[in-house]
Amino acid sequence: MTRSNHSLWLNRFAVFTALATLILIGIGGLVTSHEAGLSVPDWPTTYGYNMFLFPPSYWMGGILYEHTHRLFASFVGLLTTILAVWLWIKEPRRWVQWLGVAAFFGVVLQGVLGGLRVTLLQNSLGFVHATAAQLFLLLVGIIALVTSASWSKIAANETWSLVPKGLRYLLLSATSLVFLQLILGAVMRHQHAGLAVPDFPLAYGQLWPPTDAAFLDSVNARRMDVFDPNPITAFQIVLHMMHRLGALATLLAVGAGAWISRSRLGNRAPLTKATLAWFCLIMLQAALGAATVLSRKAADVATVHVIAGAASLLVGGLLCFIVLRFSFAPSKAEKAPGHSGATRLPAPQTETALTTG
Amino acid sequence: MKKLIGFLGAAACVGTMQTASAGDITGKITLKGTPPPAPEMPLKADPFCGKIKEVAAAPGNPRMPFYVVDKSGGLADVFIYIKEGAKAAAPPAQPVVIDQVQCQYTPYVVGLQAKQKILVKNSDPLMHNVHPQPTVAGNKEANKAQPANAGPLEFVFDNPEVFLRFRCDVHPWMFSYVGVVDHPYFAVSGKDGAFKISNVPPGDYVIEAVHRKTHPNGKGITQKIKVGADGAKADFTVELPAQ
Repeated sequence: MTRSNHSLWLNRFAVFTALATLILIGIGGLVTSHEAGLSVPDWPTTYGYNMFLFPPSYWMGGILYEHTHRLFASFVGLLTTILAVWLWIKEPRRWVQWLGVAAFFGVVLQGVLGGLRVTLLQNSLGFVHATAAQLFLLLVGIIALVTSASWSKIAANETWSLVPKGLRYLLLSATSLVFLQLILGAVMRHQHAGLAVPDFPLAYGQLWPPTDAAFLDSVNARRMDVFDPNPITAFQIVLHMMHRLGALATLLAVGAGAWISRSRLGNRAPLTKATLAWFCLIMLQAALGAATVLSRKAADVATVHVIAGAASLLVGGLLCFIVLRFSFAPSKAEKAPGHSGATRLPAPQTETALTTG
Repeated sequence: MKKLIGFLGAAACVGTMQTASAGDITGKITLKGTPPPAPEMPLKADPFCGKIKEVAAAPGNPRMPFYVVDKSGGLADVFIYIKEGAKAAAPPAQPVVIDQVQCQYTPYVVGLQAKQKILVKNSDPLMHNVHPQPTVAGNKEANKAQPANAGPLEFVFDNPEVFLRFRCDVHPWMFSYVGVVDHPYFAVSGKDGAFKISNVPPGDYVIEAVHRKTHPNGKGITQKIKVGADGAKADFTVELPAQ
C-alpha cells in the first residue's frame, strides 16, 4: 500500500468513525426520548448477561433502545480504538497521534459515564454523558478533517489569513452558543419533565409565560402525557425559554458570520461557503426545535433535533479549528496592500508536507 | 397463674376499650372541573404486551388513570391520611402487594407505613423492571429486573413520602404511586370517591387529601377534624385548577 493510499484509507476510517458517532448520538437521543435510559438496570452486564450474548427475545420495550445504544457504543469504542492505534503507528504528525489517544480515552470515559448513570441512578450524569458525546464527536471530526486530503488544500488557501479578527471571535462565540444550546437541551431532556412549554412560537399563549405556583399547578394538573413526566417547575420553563432565546442568538450569530465572511472575503472564499452551509444547518435545527414542540416531543422528531444539534456543533467546531489554526499563519495575502493585519503568531508546522508525505 | 390470667384479662379489656372508643373517619372526594381526556396506554402497539391474551382480546387500549371519576363526581385514587395529630406506630408485619398485570401496575395508588414491606409481583408473561423513585432523603432508589415467573421483589422505605413513584422503564407508561406515612391512619379513595380510615383514636387531627395530578408536589387539601367515639366525617372537593 502506498503512503497516499494508506492516508486515504485512514481518513475514510476516521470519517466512518465520526459518522458512527453521530448515529450513536442519535440512538442515545432515542433512548432519552423513549424514557428508556434505565430499562436495563445493570451495567456492564445486561440483565445479568454478557451484553453481546443478551438474547434478542428479551429486546422488548425500552430495552430495545437502551441495549442497541450499548451495543452500538461498543462498536464506536472498537472503531475509536482501531483509529487511535492506526494513527499512533502510521500518522507522522505527533499532535494528530495524540488526538487519537485523546479520542481513545474519551470513548472509554464516555462509556464509563453512561454506565455510571445507570448504576448510580443519577440524572445529572445523564446530561454530562450527553454533553460529553458532543465533544467526542467534535474530536473525532477534527481527526477526520486533519487526515483528509482537503486539509492540505485548506492549509494552502491564503484566504484564511484574511479572516478579520472580529469574525474569528464571532465564529468562536457562535460555536460556544451552539455548545451552550446543546448543554441546555441535554439538561432539559435529562430532567424527564417532558415539554415545559407546549406551544410555539408563543409560550402558553404569551411572549413570556408565567411561572407562579398557581399557574404551575394548573399546568401540571392538565398535563396528559403517557410517560407521566415529572411535574414542570418554574426552573424548567425558564430553561426552555432560555433555549429558545439561545436559538435566536445562535441564528443571528451564525447568520452574521456568514454575512461578514461574504462581504469581507467574497462569495468564493471557503469560509463564506462553509458559514453559509452552517447557517442553513442552524436554520434547519431551529425548524426542528419548533417541530419538536409542535409534535409534542415526538421521539423521532426530537431525535433528529439532537442529531442536527450535534452536527451543528461539529461544523462550527471544525470551522473554529481551521480558522484558529490558519488565520494566524503568514501568507502572501498578509503582505497585500490595505490588509489591516491582525497580530501574527509563529506559523504552525507545514501541514501540506506532513499530510502528503 | 391466677395473677397472670388476671393481668392478661385486664390487658385485653383495656385493648377492647381502646378499640371500642376508636372511630372511623369517612368521607368522599369529589372532583370539581372536567379534566382533559387521558391518553391511551400503547399496549396493543407493544409487540410483547400486545400479545397478552386479555390485552389482545380487549376492544381498545386502556387510558392512563390520571383522573378516575364516577358519574357523581367521586374521584378515585386520592390518598387521605392524618397529617397532624397521629402518633407514629410500628409497621405491620403484613406487606403491601403491588402487582404487574397486563403491563400495568395495580393498584395505581396505594398507602403503607414507613418500614412496612412492599412486595412487587409480576403476573405478566414478560419481563419488567421495577424502579421506585423516591425523592425524600433516606428512601433509597432502586432499579431491579423482574423476569416472567420471577418471585416478588421486596422494598422498604424508612421515611414518610407522598407520593413515592414506582415505574417500569421497559414499559414507560407503567406507574404506581405509593403514599408512605409513619402511622396506620390512611386510606385511598375508591371508584366512587369514598374512603374510610379505620380505628382512629379520639382526638383532634389535621387530615390531608392528596391527588397525584392536582397536587403534584404532594401538598394536598387539609381539613381539621375532631374524632369522637363515633368517628368523624370529612368530605373533600378537589378542584381542577383554572386554565
